[in-house]
Amino acid sequence: MERRRIRGLTVSFEAIPQALAGVLDLPFPEGYVSSIVYVSLYVSLTAVALSTLFSVPVAVAMGFSEFPGKRFVKSVINAGMGFPSVVVGLVVLFAVSNQGPLGPLELVFTTEAMIISQFVLATPPITAISLAAISGVRENVRDAARVLGGTRLDVALVVLKEARYGIATAILAGFGRAISEVGSVLIVGGNITSADGVSKTRTLTTAIQLEARQGQYGTAMALGAVLVALVLAVNAIVVRFGDQGVRR
Amino acid sequence: MSIQRRRFIAAIGAGALAGAAGCAGSGVDDDRPAVSGESLTLTTTTSTYDTGLLDEIHTDFEGMYGASVDAIAQGTGAALESARNGDSDVVMVHARGLEDEFMRNGYGINRRDLMFNDFVVVGPEDDPAGIGGASSATEALTAIADAEATFVSRGDSSGTHTKELNLWAAAGTEPGGEWYQETGTGMGEALNIATQQGAYTLSDRGTFISQRSAIDLVVLVQGPIEDGPEILANPYGIMAVNPGVHDSVNYDLAMAYIGWITSPGVQAAISEYQVNGEQLFFPEAVSENPDFRQYVPEGWNGDASEA
Repeated sequence: MERRRIRGLTVSFEAIPQALAGVLDLPFPEGYVSSIVYVSLYVSLTAVALSTLFSVPVAVAMGFSEFPGKRFVKSVINAGMGFPSVVVGLVVLFAVSNQGPLGPLELVFTTEAMIISQFVLATPPITAISLAAISGVRENVRDAARVLGGTRLDVALVVLKEARYGIATAILAGFGRAISEVGSVLIVGGNITSADGVSKTRTLTTAIQLEARQGQYGTAMALGAVLVALVLAVNAIVVRFGDQGVRR
Repeated sequence: MSIQRRRFIAAIGAGALAGAAGCAGSGVDDDRPAVSGESLTLTTTTSTYDTGLLDEIHTDFEGMYGASVDAIAQGTGAALESARNGDSDVVMVHARGLEDEFMRNGYGINRRDLMFNDFVVVGPEDDPAGIGGASSATEALTAIADAEATFVSRGDSSGTHTKELNLWAAAGTEPGGEWYQETGTGMGEALNIATQQGAYTLSDRGTFISQRSAIDLVVLVQGPIEDGPEILANPYGIMAVNPGVHDSVNYDLAMAYIGWITSPGVQAAISEYQVNGEQLFFPEAVSENPDFRQYVPEGWNGDASEA
């Protein structure tokens, strides 16, 4: 599932920034825009994929069980949706900094550190929305599936299938949060490019921030258009992917 | 023998790296030094980064050593803080007082004077506080405060912000009130905000020149480059992070970088760097009569009582 989506993306995204860059005639060295698009997608898609692998099982487990303190855990997850990204960035910076607990791994100012912070940011919305989707179908379908003689696993699979739109929405919400945030990736990534203009930890959002800082609002706007196009394209692909599921 | 083997390993490493990078770079040379493929983390100020100077000269370093320079633009305060945490290998900043403190605390060593330009007081053409052509920066600031004309402060512990606070202190004026706005942004953004509000601000000449086409402000008080007061001088220094404090820093590459950037060739490249037809930085690392004060904190006398 995950692999297919990513392969689809590489095909379409190679074309979008190049077309846009051609139209807008951005004053950047060759490969600059495509490299920051690549870093943006690499970081956000990896973070969202990891979040999904973590969140959906958690949501399923929570949706199918009752335990003391469940409401509390739910409210913690919901509160997590509102984590300010700058604070997450600071906390991750302290963790990965040379002086921090993960210091020996030398992750500061790398894409790995950016993935960690986006994982922290994307996990609460994906978990919360998936849980809501699973809870939503639970009442209607679970009893029917069980009446028809389904095992616990069968019931879970039926519910997951019914909830797939909700889960797709959850993943999109997580992706939207990840790719559009600027605070944490700037702090833990450092907005680095090499001297020849190939991005190392520069994303579209931090590139836009840099252009705005320099008063280059025109190019900032053009990069903003690339970012919006990217988000729309990912949404379109995920929605289309969901539709195919229906036809099958 | 061992050197040969090291070269061989380096060549393999470089080859693997180039392969991993999709052969983005030029062909790999067997004579690459062992630092090939390493990266150096440089934390620096927005005023050096945003002028494009570093991108211009770093290609030469990367070509020479095969090592990449990860330049992170943070503002002087944050750049030194990253270095204090051992997250960068070398710092290039412009606030001598903060640099001295950094050295005294043991974090920075091998400081060199690198280059200079100057600060200018800029503002709207109609100049509501009437400071145009003033020969004293402190008198100009006092006039702005007296007129309560809007002044945009960086407010971000950058070198420029530090200089601005020193100027207010020298003027004997405590800035504050409606007219004094701390933005907490980089120099370019502060210039934009000043343009939008018809406000005064203190800018380094480099950023001002490189963005002049996009902003609507004029220089009202010149710095020492244009015969203005010496108090507006803006010297940049460079230091390696002390490997005795942070053993994970890439000290040898940091020293290679300092040696490279203070060499006559690169110093010439710095003086040749122009934006909009104007020179932004004036090199000062190469001199027949080196100023020994560049290596130690100001006022250092080597006495035990100093510490």
